[in-house]
Amino acid sequence: MSTPETVLSVSSLDVHLGESHVLQGVSFEVRSGGVTALLGRNGVGKTTTLRGLLGLVPRKGEILLEGRDISRLHTHEVVRLGVGYVPENRDVFAGLTVQENLRLAERPGGPHHYDLVYELFPRLRERLRQRAGTMSGGEQQMLALARALLNDNRLLLIDEPSQGLAPHLVTQLADALARVASLVTVVLVEQNLNLVRRLARDAVVLDQGRVVWTGDVGGLLNDDERTRDYLGVGVAR
Amino acid sequence: MSTFILLTITGLGLAALYFLVASGLSLIYGLMDVLNFAHGAFLTMGGYAAWLIGDATGSFTLGVLAALVICTLLAALMETTLLRRLYGSHVPQVLLTVGLLLAITALIRSIYGSDAHPLTTPAWMNETTEILGAPIPNNRFLLILVAVAVYLAMSAFLARTRYGLIIRAGVENRAMVTALGIDVRRAFTLVFAIGGALAALAGALTGAINNAVSPEQGINLLIYAFIVVIIGGLGSFRGSALAAILVGLLQQYANFYGLVGAGDLIVVLMLAAILLIRPQGLLGRVAT
Amino acid sequence: MTDQMTRPRTVTTARILGGPRPWVRPVTLALLLLVAALPFLDVQLPLLFDGPLSSPGVLHLLSLMCVMAAIAVTYDLLFGFTGLLSFGHGLYVAIGMYTTAVVLTTTGLGLGGALGYVVLAGVAVPLLLGAVVLRVGGIAFTMATLAFAQAGAIFVVRDPFRVTGGELGLALPYEQLPELLVGVVNARYRYWLALALLVLTVVVVRWALASRPGRVWRAIRDNETRVTVLGLRSYAFKLMAFTLSSFLATLAGLVYALIVGGAHAEVTNSTFTLGLLVMVVLGGSGRLWGAVIGGLVYTYLSHRLGDLGSTVSGPLSEPMFVLGVLFVVLIIFLPGGIVSLIRRTEPRGEA
Repeated sequence: MSTPETVLSVSSLDVHLGESHVLQGVSFEVRSGGVTALLGRNGVGKTTTLRGLLGLVPRKGEILLEGRDISRLHTHEVVRLGVGYVPENRDVFAGLTVQENLRLAERPGGPHHYDLVYELFPRLRERLRQRAGTMSGGEQQMLALARALLNDNRLLLIDEPSQGLAPHLVTQLADALARVASLVTVVLVEQNLNLVRRLARDAVVLDQGRVVWTGDVGGLLNDDERTRDYLGVGVAR
Repeated sequence: MSTFILLTITGLGLAALYFLVASGLSLIYGLMDVLNFAHGAFLTMGGYAAWLIGDATGSFTLGVLAALVICTLLAALMETTLLRRLYGSHVPQVLLTVGLLLAITALIRSIYGSDAHPLTTPAWMNETTEILGAPIPNNRFLLILVAVAVYLAMSAFLARTRYGLIIRAGVENRAMVTALGIDVRRAFTLVFAIGGALAALAGALTGAINNAVSPEQGINLLIYAFIVVIIGGLGSFRGSALAAILVGLLQQYANFYGLVGAGDLIVVLMLAAILLIRPQGLLGRVAT
Repeated sequence: MTDQMTRPRTVTTARILGGPRPWVRPVTLALLLLVAALPFLDVQLPLLFDGPLSSPGVLHLLSLMCVMAAIAVTYDLLFGFTGLLSFGHGLYVAIGMYTTAVVLTTTGLGLGGALGYVVLAGVAVPLLLGAVVLRVGGIAFTMATLAFAQAGAIFVVRDPFRVTGGELGLALPYEQLPELLVGVVNARYRYWLALALLVLTVVVVRWALASRPGRVWRAIRDNETRVTVLGLRSYAFKLMAFTLSSFLATLAGLVYALIVGGAHAEVTNSTFTLGLLVMVVLGGSGRLWGAVIGGLVYTYLSHRLGDLGSTVSGPLSEPMFVLGVLFVVLIIFLPGGIVSLIRRTEPRGEA
């Protein structure tokens, strides 16, 4: 059931990849505003969940975006309804310049928030003519985020943005994400629990293709035993 | 010396033909992961359309233009009605294009017979111009000019237009393009149509050079075009141009200065070498 | 290319030779006996054939059908079972044909000598070529096979050493052949030879598929990364499949030459190999009987439709048109081929 405060409502999301049954009936809800963290050990299906929401993999189940069923739509149709995606590998177009990457991301009709993008990531403005493939990991991450921010979105799906980034960059990333979260609802897949603790309000934990815990982030991360059970790590405070 | 000039220019003429066919094939493969054998059908159809309409109207130019238009439309139609049903299944798509190639070639053969038909071209095309003592048939100049024009036009299209941007990005990462909210299928149809147009042009010009069109002309040229595509790098437009020049020139030189058929064999050897040393081709990205 | 074109396959381990039902074996044997007895049947099948089944003309067509079906089976081993999309399979048939023809015309070794050379070539060439082309996968592999086949075609047609007869082909000198295989009256012996080839090919391929390498081939087709993860060198297994398949095709080339009385350049065309592809897909790839049926039907149609050319005019008289259209329709609506129509209700197994 989705209320005006629920941006996303997922019921029994089922995904098969080749012979493995990666998602076995995933169900959760995403509240409007703020960040919902999607957590779990490696390989439990977090990235697949995001891809399933977008239709990048064939899926079954019910997915309601602000009450509207998007489970049968093509990826580009889902995205046009206002869903931004920042994938795990950034997936910027290496052969295109920064400017071209951004231009490609412009959705027809809507306003394009270049001012916001340049404010958050001034470095991008300096490198507009540079080919994206020659940029550092951190800069590519900025570009990937910027692409998603250009348009008006109801929901942002962000997959492990801190992966491979040096600590000082992670701090910068955290600031940017905090700002982003204040503007749009975010579903964040992250391994970095400090980041999660700082940014997220709600948490959904996956294990072996199923949801095993939902609740607020504090309830999860403040409980060492629970954290260890579900996430396999201790939390540094 | 004059022989060398002649060989070089005819070699470049051959390169021009290869480029026209290979560039379309390369983009189609790069964007859609489809080995488009139906390209050979467009080569043949282009030649025959140019012949039929050229004879009917008395104008070679009109014939070529008509061939272009007809094949572009047919290519778009083919993609939307047939190929699209198999979106995502790569082997069936290839097989489909093979079936279309065989069927269309056979259709043409059944209507017009297996023998070559003479194609009337404007007189000036068969005349020669002397360059440094070498008599060069004028049609080669036309071929080279057309290829250069196409190269410039396509480069501009790819670099400056939105669809060009979509195609370049899609060749790199098709899924991410859809994740940006873009319907790649339109780009598919566009690329397929462009490919069809270029193939038709190549087919019409092949007919002009040989002064005849035959049902088999498509398949013969197609094999060399595929080799050029691989050598240049699948998905690389510039790669096709570079490889076309290399292959065209080498083939001409080897055929003349070497044994009979040496040029054709050299092309095959070049392919083998590329596959072993640098499988992604000269300018391509790392392939599967 | 390990991309799959039909629905996902379950890799079963046993149950290959036995077949899914107990009546299959005796029925197959009965059919085989019936087919072998055809030259004795003075039966007329109007429309299907021009003349009684025992007539040389019909037997000749049946022989061709058997040879092509055998070649289709060898191709399916490569494509349908190991997932290697080769566009150069015709090269091996050509090697078989031309080696036979050249040995018979230039040496006095007779059919035995020809067989010896054919066997040698049929093992050596695919081992060498396969070792090179299998270093790459996917499209590159396909194009490499195409290129080498094209090289073979160039060699045959341009004929630099003046042995292949160029575009006109090379006829077999009848005085070098055993009397039993020469002449219109002996059509039945050539038919039995072709039939024997088909049976032999099917038995050998079936046996190979049931063996351990056979299971690895299927695994390579379905998921090559998993095979390497399991510690198996897929390259070696692919080379095995490639060599076996090509060797059998070369043998078929020898028989083909005997049936048609010589070697002809058409087998070196890419259209020939593409035809093999059509045969296999028509019948149903990855299913032995599919390849057999596809080969039989395709060859029958391509000859019969040509014959009917006088009565049916226009595009329908051109066999490749009918087959091409049929192929296109099949790919879109029935990717499993003819066999999938029959097997719709059976549990999905292998071969």
